Amino acid sequence: MAEFTLPKNSKIQPGKTYSMAAGAKNKKTFRIYRWDPDSGENPRMDQYEIDLDKCGPMVLDALIYIKNDIDTTLTFRRSCREGICGSCAMNIDGTNTLACTKYISDTKNDLPVYPLPHMEVKKDLVPDLTHFYAQYASIKPWIETQSAPPPDRERLQSKEDREKLDGLYECILCACCSTSCPSYWWNSDRYLGPAILLQAYRWIADSRDETTGERLDNLEDPFRLYRCHTIMNCTNTCPKGLNPAKAIAEIKKLMVTRSI
Amino acid sequence: MASVRSPLSPHLTIYRWQITMVLSILHRATGVFMSIGLLLLTCWLLSLASGQQAYDNLAVYMHSWYGKAILIAFTFSLYLHLCNGIRHLFWDVGLGFQIPTFHKSGYAVVIATLLLTGVTWFAGGMI
Repeated sequence: MAEFTLPKNSKIQPGKTYSMAAGAKNKKTFRIYRWDPDSGENPRMDQYEIDLDKCGPMVLDALIYIKNDIDTTLTFRRSCREGICGSCAMNIDGTNTLACTKYISDTKNDLPVYPLPHMEVKKDLVPDLTHFYAQYASIKPWIETQSAPPPDRERLQSKEDREKLDGLYECILCACCSTSCPSYWWNSDRYLGPAILLQAYRWIADSRDETTGERLDNLEDPFRLYRCHTIMNCTNTCPKGLNPAKAIAEIKKLMVTRSI
Repeated sequence: MASVRSPLSPHLTIYRWQITMVLSILHRATGVFMSIGLLLLTCWLLSLASGQQAYDNLAVYMHSWYGKAILIAFTFSLYLHLCNGIRHLFWDVGLGFQIPTFHKSGYAVVIATLLLTGVTWFAGGMI
């Protein structure tokens, strides 16, 4: 049964306020979710008022500025700063996206930043993605074949077959879509969620893979696939502009067409 | 060091509401509401079968302001579930998955539902 409220140890308390923008023309307040595993206290929302003239245009720039110049204890993942690694996925101003490709100027008022929703928090903005990666491994994200490979060359693919993977292979597994999905919030123990299902379809749609039947068998389950109720938060939020909802619909269609 | 149980990050209370998400929840809520509404329909049929007196007794409640409010909510639920159900049928065949499309179809469902509910009640001469 879905838990709609947060457990006792997860209720958010008011936090500290850091006003570091005295005399600045271009001020902005960031409200950031903080949780320190060593303190034994509940999570809190710290407020950082910063001078935007001192940092870059993206939310990640502001987080790095806060960590460097105001509060070194602020913890978050980041790596590529160009939307390809997926590390800085978080909930910014109410929707999940990558901090590195999200403009601060997209938000007019105070800017709230939370970790990805309905996840176990390791520290501050860092969620535990262990289960998410285990679900990814469960769909066997590699080519599976039964035939012997051609002796003199690789397994080739026509241009048309390769095009079928457009909009699928670009997924960076940032988990923005899965953690935006209410169905995944309530059933992530058994429902695979949009990111993993899009990845599953990426291998189903690959002309070189020879285990489509087994892949569909593995998904034919009231929870693993069919907890998708086309809520569409996934497609709405994908920072790479992909369409997990559409990929899931394609899997459902294949389930029907193979049974008639 | 004693390990502290990790908190669960906030979800429903912090996620931005969107037309698609609202309609998804309403689709389920109206489904539940219609099941309850069926009880009302059964009561009405029972009273019809039990003769003039029983029917008149029930009609008093049906014509009161709260009776009408429940019936309007019932028709609204029926039409919303119907219109959104048609939207779901398009999704089932793989159509309408572009972001602008499913936003527009969402608003279309809301407008159609309000219109149909209004037309039904005006045509019935009830309000």
